[in-house]
Amino acid sequence: MADTLIRYGFLALLFGLVIFFSVATNGFATPQAAVFIFQSVAITGILALGVTATLVVGGFDLSIGSVATSAMMAAAYVMVVLEQNAFVAVIACLAIGALVGLVNGLIIVYMRVPDLLATLGMMFLLLGLQRIPTEGRSIAAGMTLPDGSTAGGTFSPNFLALGRHRFDFFLPDLVPVSVVVLIVLAILIWFFLEYTRFGRMMYAVGSNPRAAELAGAPVKAYKIWAYVISGVFASIGGILLAARLGRGDIASGNNLLLDAVAAALIGFAVLGAAKPNAFGTAIGALFVGVLLQGLTMMNVPYYTQDFVKGAVLVIALIFTFSLSGRTSR
Amino acid sequence: MPATFRIVGLGKSFGPNRVLDDVSLELEPGKVTVLMGANGAGKSTLVKVMSGVHKQSGGSMMLGDQAFAPANPAEAINAGVVTVHQNINDGVVASLDVATNLTLDRLSGRGARLLFSPRRNRREAAEVAARLGLDVNLQADIASLSLADRQMVGIARAMASEPKVMVLDEPTSSLSSAEADRLFALIERLRDEGVAILYISHRMSDIRRLADRIVTLRDGRITGVFADQPLDYEGAVDAMLGRSTSADAVTVRDGGEAILSISDLRLKPHSAPISLALGDGEIVAITGLVGVGKTLLAETLFGVRRPLSGTIALDGKPYAPANPADAIAAGVFLVAKDRAESGIVADFNLAQNISLPFLKRFSHLTTMRTGAEREAARQQIENLSIVCRGERDAMNTLSGGNQQKVMVGRWVSQPARVLILDEPFQGVDIAARRDIAAKLRASADGRATLIFLTELDEALETADRILVMSEHTIVGEHRNERLDMDRLLAEVAGGATKGAA
Repeated sequence: MADTLIRYGFLALLFGLVIFFSVATNGFATPQAAVFIFQSVAITGILALGVTATLVVGGFDLSIGSVATSAMMAAAYVMVVLEQNAFVAVIACLAIGALVGLVNGLIIVYMRVPDLLATLGMMFLLLGLQRIPTEGRSIAAGMTLPDGSTAGGTFSPNFLALGRHRFDFFLPDLVPVSVVVLIVLAILIWFFLEYTRFGRMMYAVGSNPRAAELAGAPVKAYKIWAYVISGVFASIGGILLAARLGRGDIASGNNLLLDAVAAALIGFAVLGAAKPNAFGTAIGALFVGVLLQGLTMMNVPYYTQDFVKGAVLVIALIFTFSLSGRTSR
Repeated sequence: MPATFRIVGLGKSFGPNRVLDDVSLELEPGKVTVLMGANGAGKSTLVKVMSGVHKQSGGSMMLGDQAFAPANPAEAINAGVVTVHQNINDGVVASLDVATNLTLDRLSGRGARLLFSPRRNRREAAEVAARLGLDVNLQADIASLSLADRQMVGIARAMASEPKVMVLDEPTSSLSSAEADRLFALIERLRDEGVAILYISHRMSDIRRLADRIVTLRDGRITGVFADQPLDYEGAVDAMLGRSTSADAVTVRDGGEAILSISDLRLKPHSAPISLALGDGEIVAITGLVGVGKTLLAETLFGVRRPLSGTIALDGKPYAPANPADAIAAGVFLVAKDRAESGIVADFNLAQNISLPFLKRFSHLTTMRTGAEREAARQQIENLSIVCRGERDAMNTLSGGNQQKVMVGRWVSQPARVLILDEPFQGVDIAARRDIAAKLRASADGRATLIFLTELDEALETADRILVMSEHTIVGEHRNERLDMDRLLAEVAGGATKGAA
């Protein structure tokens, strides 16, 4: 009984919420609303999937939020100021994500800086770095550059399509690109972590690094790769953010880190895993999305949102560490 | 003499699982009662009931003429029943100095002073240390002490509350014999002061040294009480295991063609070089005190660290592994010392723990083949008679001996050229130990097997050849047949008796 509750409790709760909101509000049980929920959690979810990889190897990545905003600023800078096309912008963003992840990994593995501190430092560094090229201004087409001239480039239509194009799915123009990206990445990382030997070894590294090393695993390389995955996922989130906003907005993306970390930690409670897992992370992100969407449609004011997210996280953590810890004894 | 502590008809169940059944036991003042029991016999549960961690399901305990029913560990300690747990670091706070550790229990609780005076703290600590003859720098940090010294501090701290009953749960499991001697001296001192001592151990050398009485526990029941001098040790082992198990002498075999040859290998700058050859089908034990370089040699052969000089040849070809992955690829496997720290992946189930080093062989285009993985685990469960419900059991549901069998199963699941085992019998009961040793002997053909053991008894009942290690080199070699015990012991003792020998 307790086992069943721990295993399926969170999924049952999610299901219950969906039923409740469908009955209690008008318009919750429509394809459009469902897509909207997915869209609202797409970027957070992608970041959360990345941070899950670092959690699996026993690390943590606090720099994901600022990697995403740096990627967003970089995309805008490449297109607007350097007047490059969408492809170059995307490649530049991915390169930034991979590079930051690599540096994080090297600092943590070779300089032995604790993961939280290293990525906290990196977060700070990037928050500052992304403002330097434009002297602290947001980037938009036609902006004035520091030397007084006007930027000549614009956001490429192809790039904007990443944020605005919708695929037909039973209904015309239904599913946005960001949702497709979320689902594809979620399946990829889930399969990688659960069903490949690399994923298996990453869990071993996180649970007992010495045992993994004595089983022949290159522990340091696995850890560094986890941060690279996290960095690349965060930069994909940043690309989608830039495409949705259509500008490099210095003030956006404040909540990304906390929301993503919350989703990954809520994921611990899903299926009683009590450890980081990709499926749980995706459900965690979705859970928050459903709850916020439902509450908004019931006219609960927007300023209660952070409170709701925090409450869900605390409950999920209690669920994970107290309940499932008890049965494993 | 009236017993200090009496247990009458004690029972303890976890759900439907009956762990202790009608256990009765008396501890007399000034006597060391040794409790022997295989892993899973219920020793730890008994200790936990006595120390107030668990509540008994039936029966009663008496301390003197008062009923003893502690609701938590603090109550047990206050009443005068003190427990020194197996895990040494549970008994001390590593970030504090020795003096503060010794007086830690006075820092909290009723009557504790509000302000902390380092001077008074040192004075009180010095009193405690002096009473127990503890020879440790009181201002040293615990982190800088050896395991043995930490344990002494832990025991001294427990003694500061002047207990009537002291329970020691396998206290020597991570000590060298010189360190254990100091512990025994301390225990004898407590015995002379009239403390009733319950000493839990597998080690026959400890038991011979300390026991005034032996009580054996098997499957949660007391199966024997041995109090007549001289104590019947063989009978106690039989009672503990529930069968007659006088160890069969090993049928010594000579190794075949040399598989691993070590020439002039140097582990430390000033140590003498090591040369040895391991043959096909033979089991070689390397014995020696803790800290003489056994683990260093094991890790060197497994590629964890590199030798200072010298060469190794595997099947006649040069072998210089840069890391464990190289060693594994070459067929050199290591069952590492201390399974909890360097072997078991706690988040993984039994099958996943067994397959860990060989994921490539259990995957197809990087995707795990879980069916093959579980089949391999079932084979090892059968092969090593691992007691479990199935191959998907969580590791923490297995007893220590069975966890160790899983660790051995991990490395015998694939054919090895050289199988190295570093202290494979640590924290393993005699029955499991004999199971593992028998399996190693039965499967020895086709590889060379090298076992590092501190306990000589274990080497004698496992190996064909026994090498003695001292000061990071090999100092003696014996065929395990009518061997010269005096010479062997002198070699183990090494430098200390060089003049005498």
